[in-house]
Amino acid sequence: MAKGRGVGETRPLFSFSRTGLGRLFQDPALLLVVCVVFALVGLFVIYPLARVFLASFVHRGTFSARYFLYFLEGRPYLVRPFVNSLTVGALVALLGTGVGFVFAYAVTRTDIPGKGVFRWIATFPIISPPFLLALSAVLLLGENGLITRWLFTRFGLRWSIYGLPGLVLTETLAYFPLAFLTLEGVLGGIDPALEESAMDLGASKLRTFFRVTLPLATPGLAASFLLLFIRSLEDFGNPVVLQGRFPVLTVQAYLAITGMYNLPLGATLAILLLVPTVAAFALLQFWVGRRSYVTVTGRPSSAGLRSTEPSVKWPLFGVVILLSGIILLFYGMVVYGAFTELWGVNHAFTLENFRYVFSTGATYLVNTLKLAGIATPVGGILGIVIAYLVTRKKFPGRRLLDFLSMLNFAVPGIIVGMGYVFAFNTPPLQITGTALIIVLVFIFQRMPVAIRDGVAMLQQIDPVIDDASADLGAGFFRTFRRVTLPLAAPALIAGMAYMFSACVTSISAVIMVVSAKWQLVTVALLHEVDNADLSQAAAYGVVIILVVLGVILLMDSLVRRVLGRGRHAR
Amino acid sequence: MPAELVLQKLLKVFRGRGKPVVAVDHLDLEVAKGELVTLLGPSGCGKTTTLRLVGGFEFPDGGEVYLSGQRITHLPPQRRPTATVFQSYALFPHMSVFENVAFGLKVRRVSRAEIRTRVRDVLALVGLGGMEDRPPSKLSGGQQQRVALARVLVIRPEVLLFDEPLSNLDAKLRVETREHIRRIQRELGLTSIYVTHDQAEAMAISDRVVVMNQGRIQQVGTPQDVYLRPENAFVADFIGRANFLDAQIVGKTSEETEVELRGGARLRVAGTFDFALGEAVKLVVRPEAVDLVAPEVGELRGEIVLAQVTGALAHYRIALASGETMEVEVLGALEKGVLSLGTPVGLRLHPKTLHLLRG
Repeated sequence: MAKGRGVGETRPLFSFSRTGLGRLFQDPALLLVVCVVFALVGLFVIYPLARVFLASFVHRGTFSARYFLYFLEGRPYLVRPFVNSLTVGALVALLGTGVGFVFAYAVTRTDIPGKGVFRWIATFPIISPPFLLALSAVLLLGENGLITRWLFTRFGLRWSIYGLPGLVLTETLAYFPLAFLTLEGVLGGIDPALEESAMDLGASKLRTFFRVTLPLATPGLAASFLLLFIRSLEDFGNPVVLQGRFPVLTVQAYLAITGMYNLPLGATLAILLLVPTVAAFALLQFWVGRRSYVTVTGRPSSAGLRSTEPSVKWPLFGVVILLSGIILLFYGMVVYGAFTELWGVNHAFTLENFRYVFSTGATYLVNTLKLAGIATPVGGILGIVIAYLVTRKKFPGRRLLDFLSMLNFAVPGIIVGMGYVFAFNTPPLQITGTALIIVLVFIFQRMPVAIRDGVAMLQQIDPVIDDASADLGAGFFRTFRRVTLPLAAPALIAGMAYMFSACVTSISAVIMVVSAKWQLVTVALLHEVDNADLSQAAAYGVVIILVVLGVILLMDSLVRRVLGRGRHAR
Repeated sequence: MPAELVLQKLLKVFRGRGKPVVAVDHLDLEVAKGELVTLLGPSGCGKTTTLRLVGGFEFPDGGEVYLSGQRITHLPPQRRPTATVFQSYALFPHMSVFENVAFGLKVRRVSRAEIRTRVRDVLALVGLGGMEDRPPSKLSGGQQQRVALARVLVIRPEVLLFDEPLSNLDAKLRVETREHIRRIQRELGLTSIYVTHDQAEAMAISDRVVVMNQGRIQQVGTPQDVYLRPENAFVADFIGRANFLDAQIVGKTSEETEVELRGGARLRVAGTFDFALGEAVKLVVRPEAVDLVAPEVGELRGEIVLAQVTGALAHYRIALASGETMEVEVLGALEKGVLSLGTPVGLRLHPKTLHLLRG
């Protein structure tokens, strides 16, 4: 035995070549890429955020935490939005997770008919601009809404969709699909044999559900709750239309900056918003992320689905039908509204709204497509490069880069946009009012999704393939270009299509940086809602949906072609 | 012959969550030019980590790696003249056989014409002529393995590294392929390190075997050495199987050592050992180095307590009169007839295969 021989015995006190940095200098290409990526993330993710923090502590040129003190004193214009946002967030998270679970359970654990249709309908709110639901809520339930007017003329009932009910309704519909997708994966991963053996051992169906299925799905439920909580807090498009007299943080922060030019107030509201979202994100990453005891077998079994008792199956079927019906109704209402003269007054069929969108709105549409078209490939490639660095390479600061580059996933868009305004409105980097700032917002707000997709994709490729390439003499760039990228191509195309859609439908961050010269179609839609031109807003909405659908279909056929041509299955 | 590859006090510690794991613990090894050295040990013994340190896929926490006198400890893989055949082959799935093999040459900016001839030659060498345009997915496991070999041979590396290259092949193909690898390695005179956990493979293919356990070298020697003269119980038991019987040194001559076992039986062991008279030692007995005879004529006596026949071999467990048990393997069981449980037997040990270890 080597008794008393220390682990570091032969280790010199300090050796440059032993440090990670020294090693990095052995691979100059990698060093270069790491430096560039750090610089980009520092300048376009960290610096703007820092400026928001800074702005919240500066009042008329001197350091002051006055708005934080006001918040602690309980001034309503700070406390109410905070409490309101958390209330909506908690309700949406709860309801959305519940609805998502019912959907997921029905699709994975029963043999109801029409699963494919339900799955398709449930993913609809994910790819469409989220505030479209707010628009249809107004069309149906607003002052001039179809249902509102019917209730009034028939029963003399008056009510308002604005405020808490409207926010909870639209956000639940908008975000429950995320819960559905999360829980579908979790429930689908639970081996039905576990449930069967519980029943085999004498447990009733109900007992099996509560003692086996539900506990196994708990991490998934927690994850989905946190995810929806974050999404609801971050939401801008729905509350800007529907908040009424129920102010929430995103909209108040936006109004403080653009309406009152009160930067410290806006920044303080932003920080109040940032704290709960980042906390929820941290919980999601570090707590839920580690506690998943899903028994994934890799082959989702369809056993155990053969027979579902009618007493379970049909009520579930009813709920799912009802929810799908509501979603279809909401989106159908947008289409109907788009072909209507003047909503609430004259419901005659017309194409006038589309004529308007394609004449007056044409520049906005072209702007959006052009800027999203520039941002997507840049962001997609950058995302893959970062994913590659953090999953495959060893260098000092790797975990830091991983964390920082994912930060904007948790940072609400309104804060990202605010940071860009603060950071880039003075030389040397004065780019407010330009197309560049919009492109940069697109890239760095959507990059976390590109990185996550990239990481997921790289996990499908054996890292030894990279080792082999380096072993044969290929450096960083060649390995990335000749080996990683070709293998990643299908996932990259899909990822870019979704990034493009996300840019086209994006509102919360870009609304801070658009200008008269560079106006985008989503912002134009919002202005129409503001002006109560609901039919024209609906026409914009239909066009946006068609663009997104078109892009996704195009991507689908492209991926098929790439897969079909010369790519050899492993 | 001067050492081509020198590993000096190599140390690798993996620090994850929980306790740091010392994967390679101050490992010293020299490999001569043209020599094939096997790293042999159970899984987790540090053999693959050692190989990855030589290949440049991991960097050590201490110690150095020298190749032809040059320190290469911290060079990344693309700047080392080493080449690896991976366990999973790591063929590029989006490239044909030709493109896979040509990859390393393209990196080196070899001319097109030369690439074509060199790839053709090496594919012929490994017996894959005519397969140039196939995708790896259309090849059998054995063929994929040979593409992986061709891919590293074609760049004429100074050191060839094999990371359990045969573990994905079936038993029969393994034997064929290891002969193939050994023949090519000898013909080209390639300095090689070969990692395996299969002791038969190590014995068959190596110039020298390095037995490893828990990050440390247990013994280095020729295959015969480590089999006949294991330096400790781990090596004795890992290379083949072994029985360990308590014994005491009772006599020494210039050629033989005499020991007394429990129960008083005395035996002569070929060779001299560095033990004092009266010292307690372990007698190492290979299961196949025992003849079963009639109880009266055996050196030891016992009774069969377990009998299993696996084809040509009969495997017995024998409870000795001394209270110890021994595993014994007998060839040609079927013609000799299988002994039934409870049969009293005598054991006669082959003196030349016996070995002594410190007790």
